[in-house]
Amino acid sequence: MYDVIVIGAGVTGCAVARELSRYKANVCVLEKCEDVCEGTSKANSAIVHAGFDAAQGSLMAKLNVRGNEMMDKLCEDLDIPFKRNGSMVVCIHKEALEGLKDLYDRGVANGVKDMKILSREEALEMEPNLSDNVQGALYAPTGGIICPFKLTIAMAENANMNGVEFRFNTKVEDITKNDDGTWKIRTNNGEYLTRYIVNAAGVYADKIHNMVSEKKAHIIERRGDYCLLDKEAGTHVTHTIFPQPTKLGKGVLVSPTVHGNLIVGPTAVDIEDKEGTNTTAEGIADLQAKANDHVKNLPLRKVITSFAGLRAHLEQHDFVIEEVADAPCFIDCLGIESPGLSSSPAIGEMVGNMLKEKMNLENKDNWISKRKDILDPSKLSIEERNELIKKNPAYGNIICRCESISEGEILDAIHRPLGARSLDGVKRRTRAGMGRCQAGFCSPRTMEILNRELGLSYEEITKSGGRSNIVLERTKNQKGEQA
Amino acid sequence: MEKRELTCIGCPMGCQITVEMENGEVLSVNGNTCAIGDKYARNEVTHPERTVTSTAVIIGGDKPRVSVKTKSNIPKDKIFDCMKEIDRACVKAPVHIGDVVVKNVAGTGVDVVATREVPAV
Amino acid sequence: MISYDIVIVGGGPAGLAAAISARKAGVDKILILERDKELGGILNQCIHNGFGLHTFKEELTGPEYAQRFITQVLDEKIEYKLHTMVMDISSDRIVTAMSREDGMYQIKAGAVILAMGCRERPRGALNIPGYRPAGIFSAGTAQRLVNMEGYMPGREVVILGSGDIGLIMARRMTLEGAKVKVVAELMPYSGGLKRNIVQCLDDFGIPLKLSHTVVDIEGKEHLSAVTIAEVDKNMKPIPGTEERYTCDTLLLSCGLIPENELSRNAGVEMSPVTSGPVVNESLETNIPGVFACGNVLHVHDLVDYVSEEATRAGANAAKFVKGEMAENSDKVIDIVATDGARYTVPSTINVERMDDLLTVRFRVGAVYKNSYVSVYFDDERVMHNKKRIMAPGEMEQVILQKEKLKEKSGLKKITIRIEAEDAN
Repeated sequence: MYDVIVIGAGVTGCAVARELSRYKANVCVLEKCEDVCEGTSKANSAIVHAGFDAAQGSLMAKLNVRGNEMMDKLCEDLDIPFKRNGSMVVCIHKEALEGLKDLYDRGVANGVKDMKILSREEALEMEPNLSDNVQGALYAPTGGIICPFKLTIAMAENANMNGVEFRFNTKVEDITKNDDGTWKIRTNNGEYLTRYIVNAAGVYADKIHNMVSEKKAHIIERRGDYCLLDKEAGTHVTHTIFPQPTKLGKGVLVSPTVHGNLIVGPTAVDIEDKEGTNTTAEGIADLQAKANDHVKNLPLRKVITSFAGLRAHLEQHDFVIEEVADAPCFIDCLGIESPGLSSSPAIGEMVGNMLKEKMNLENKDNWISKRKDILDPSKLSIEERNELIKKNPAYGNIICRCESISEGEILDAIHRPLGARSLDGVKRRTRAGMGRCQAGFCSPRTMEILNRELGLSYEEITKSGGRSNIVLERTKNQKGEQA
Repeated sequence: MEKRELTCIGCPMGCQITVEMENGEVLSVNGNTCAIGDKYARNEVTHPERTVTSTAVIIGGDKPRVSVKTKSNIPKDKIFDCMKEIDRACVKAPVHIGDVVVKNVAGTGVDVVATREVPAV
Repeated sequence: MISYDIVIVGGGPAGLAAAISARKAGVDKILILERDKELGGILNQCIHNGFGLHTFKEELTGPEYAQRFITQVLDEKIEYKLHTMVMDISSDRIVTAMSREDGMYQIKAGAVILAMGCRERPRGALNIPGYRPAGIFSAGTAQRLVNMEGYMPGREVVILGSGDIGLIMARRMTLEGAKVKVVAELMPYSGGLKRNIVQCLDDFGIPLKLSHTVVDIEGKEHLSAVTIAEVDKNMKPIPGTEERYTCDTLLLSCGLIPENELSRNAGVEMSPVTSGPVVNESLETNIPGVFACGNVLHVHDLVDYVSEEATRAGANAAKFVKGEMAENSDKVIDIVATDGARYTVPSTINVERMDDLLTVRFRVGAVYKNSYVSVYFDDERVMHNKKRIMAPGEMEQVILQKEKLKEKSGLKKITIRIEAEDAN
């Protein structure tokens, strides 16, 4: 019997898990995929929003601003990169200048600090590649950029270090109430009993909610296509550049990423498919056209990959984080779409506090708040690096040539808590395969390491779990040949 | 009279060659720029041949496969018979370039030989 | 800091030939740095034949061709280090390298020869819409898996791009028992060699669809189908021409890109056309003593030309370190490629430094039949050679004579252009 089961190991579930790991409680996270960060959390703008966009008085506004405030300390504790590069909302039509003021006022009301309205000249001075049509801009210095993989993985690892269990490849099929008021969760991997459930299932959160409640929820999958550009284009802009927001969202942004690439996106298309993460030709064309509206000379030839993510959109466009009225001891996190990543620390805190109160949870004496990220040898001097290689020669062996990732880093990613088991698992933890050749060079080498370290045969190695096997079989098909 | 259009593979030029034939006899070869093309075209329309390259299973070496080739061309219609025998072959390291991996493959009189060095480990 | 006369970055066909040539020119301390576990580079996975016709007058497979050079490197006792990644090259020719055994270290190089080769254009750079499942490979990655590691990616294959590696892999996968359903090529012509189209596709009845591209990729975890469509003159898919192919493997052979991260960081000037360094008659970059050859300089069609070019780079680097190279002056002749010629290598000539004969290589931008390669010295046409066919997939060359260039004093510009029969 668990005290709390969290359904979903995205950024929300992992933030909740980390908060709960402070307390004396048996906590388990169930995840249908083979790793953390496999849904909405892995395909988004990688932005920490300042918080001026969300409607005044909404939960979204409150948690965005709070999450933003928490980010510095959290990222320091978790040893992951976070940069307050500042965001700019660019106005390109004179008649829309009024809208910037509205956004500014909303930001002030939401508690966003240090915002400023910039003139055309000020904006261009800060960002020379803004469109020639720029009329003015709203500048929010608290906006930032972050690695969503690293944030999710780090929170999960830290939770796991503090005793939270994770069950991967475990898909919730049904939830029923036991006579004693506890929950029985049926999965493809056996049954789980728990006192409380936190529903952090992202685009599937309506499905999970509807298993226990008569008041049905409906999540609309809002697809967003993105293009990621080569690091050569990474300084085309230095701030996160937004157009003015519309009904469908915050629009197509252009931003450096915390790793030095340039990201362009997303589009916003409502679909009814929880797995519909396919990009479309129209989507890519649309976002490229829209990005060109507010940023000029975008080097779109330097695209290294495009991808699509789904936002878990609710009709009312606000987060719903509450105990379900007709299902006591079941906490929903519904509609966690943008700014969900920015809000995640605050969502974790809010759910943690709710459960602490309801369950009278006590603090652990020995809670570990900090975690060390995978060592990045590129930050070391030649002498330090030599010392490291002497101690562990694997750090002298470069596997991913585009991102300069060594075997040592990959071994660390595999063997740390909740370690990588697939090519994507290695990629999200180390960036091996995330560079301009997109794993063409390093994937056979990473497979060799996974084979050796985890005892997985080549045929068993996947891109990202499930049936995503890389190779089918040995050539020649001679029986008895050892892998 | 039968006309056959071929792309010469004798060199990267890739000459477009026209062969005129009657009753299996070559009447004329046109479009080639050198003797290789003439020879290629005549062979190609009467008894086409190919070199087959592949890999064979190797044990005890520093790699799981050794690359191989037919030592000279074999009839084109023997390619898949040749592959069947290569697929069944299993050699022991060390192997040197030119070592025979399959003798007289598919009855062609041509040997399959190793095309790289594989030291034993 | 250790020092070498010449440090060669890359132990593939270019690096090996450059090293041998420099040794034969009398250079003592030469070091080849290779990141893989063996010398030979990409040739090790190119197990097909067709290499060496020009160099050795016989048809060799990739590994055999490589071995001929490796043997010479060993005979010449040229030093090399495997499993060694070059991390940085500075503009004053300090090479920072790293390996398990030696850690991170720096080498002072009298001259540096860039021979890092090229890499394949990945799916992401092609903006192919659809899902991102497993089962999509660049052709070269699949080639390594099949030929070196001995694993089949799948059984039903579609190939996008008719570059040589894609064509070769169509045959390779077929011989290993896979069904290659179609090769789609965006352009109205193939980027691959004629012989490969004949021997790798026609022989096995594999259709080649020109002016076609992939417009959708299906499969959430593993690839299950792709849709291809015909494209119009602007390379836009034509609605209604879609054809769906079920498959478990998609191979991409959509172009090669010289791998010049190190060169760029060193401050080497790049050509936007070739994505390789801009070099002079000595194959020297804008940084004195830094030379380039092989696919890092421009993507070649035949390895024989890589070896030939690298041999020149090695000899020139040798001259440089021995102080035998004439001072570079500002009396430099520009070579301009225009009217169908896309680029030239080299792109400048200092007559004082050139050999008696200088091969200038270039590629054309489209298919030209019965056209002329014309060379102009300033405004005077000095060469007008008829070619029955020229295609973007194959390199062209003209040979310039030092004597002729010397005769024309004050020559500023050499122009290479493709002309129709009736021109001039």
